[in-house]
Amino acid sequence: MSIYVLIFSYILLALTIILSLLAIHVKDLIAAVILMGGGSLLVSLVFLLLQAPDVAMSEAAIGAALTMAIYIIAVKKTEREDKDD
Amino acid sequence: MIRKIVYGIFILIIVAAVSMFLMSYPFGSDKMDVGKYYLENTVPQTGAANVVTSVTLFYRGFDTLGEVTVLFTAALGVSILYFIEDKKRKTRIVESNFVTKVGTRVVFPFILLVGAYIFMHGHLTPGGGFQGGALIATGFLLLYLAYEETSINRAKFYLVEGLGGLTYVTMGLLGYFMKDSFLANVLPNGQLFNLLSGGIILPIYIGVGLKVGSELSNIIDDLMCEVKCDGGEE
Repeated sequence: MSIYVLIFSYILLALTIILSLLAIHVKDLIAAVILMGGGSLLVSLVFLLLQAPDVAMSEAAIGAALTMAIYIIAVKKTEREDKDD
Repeated sequence: MIRKIVYGIFILIIVAAVSMFLMSYPFGSDKMDVGKYYLENTVPQTGAANVVTSVTLFYRGFDTLGEVTVLFTAALGVSILYFIEDKKRKTRIVESNFVTKVGTRVVFPFILLVGAYIFMHGHLTPGGGFQGGALIATGFLLLYLAYEETSINRAKFYLVEGLGGLTYVTMGLLGYFMKDSFLANVLPNGQLFNLLSGGIILPIYIGVGLKVGSELSNIIDDLMCEVKCDGGEE
């Protein structure tokens, strides 16, 4: 693995952590779901860089698309704002 | 506040300990013999170019059957929870716009094509039945998001799902009766890198792909539909 790929995957991992923390802190649940899906997409890129394309495909299709859709449907059927603190 | 700080310090200590333990091994080094065994023996034993697929369907085929069963049970649970009679069903109204509608019309056939490609070439290229099926379900999700009146033919989807599962079990039983064990390789290995190679991987992955795709589409259909006479929203 060349040094550039390593640096790029570290950047992706750092972005994933930032997105996950933002998803916890944000009050709008739709925004939280979208941030989580973005994190999933970045993780699938990391899988691709680590030469696991099978896992990357599963992560991109299920983690980033289907899970997000199911969460969004659930949020739309309940409430959009996270009220309790 | 003090509790949060204590928790933070505790987590930091655990993370430091685990990472110090992991630092003692070079990253990506392989410490197990089983990986080497698979890399050396997959091609002569199974004829599949993709080692990952051959592990999931040859060496660990029974586990994958269990995985398929778990997914089936999950879809069954969602269907039971969201059961609505056919007469009362109504697709959920989603506001979509012109761009989504036209884009879906352009992209949807290609999504199905790529999904079918992925699960048919599971033994040659990365991916397999689960990935291809999930991709197909993503296409149906797009269809539901773009067009309000979308409604899949549930009876046919259930039929496809059942046939897919039946393919897997039938191949397993064929191996049991024609060879010595359940899911034994009964088909010829063929020429490496050909489409018709890899023994039982191709029929099983076609079955699994169709099954997973129709199952996840049914889950999406169950979630997106609601009762026609209002009162389902509360």
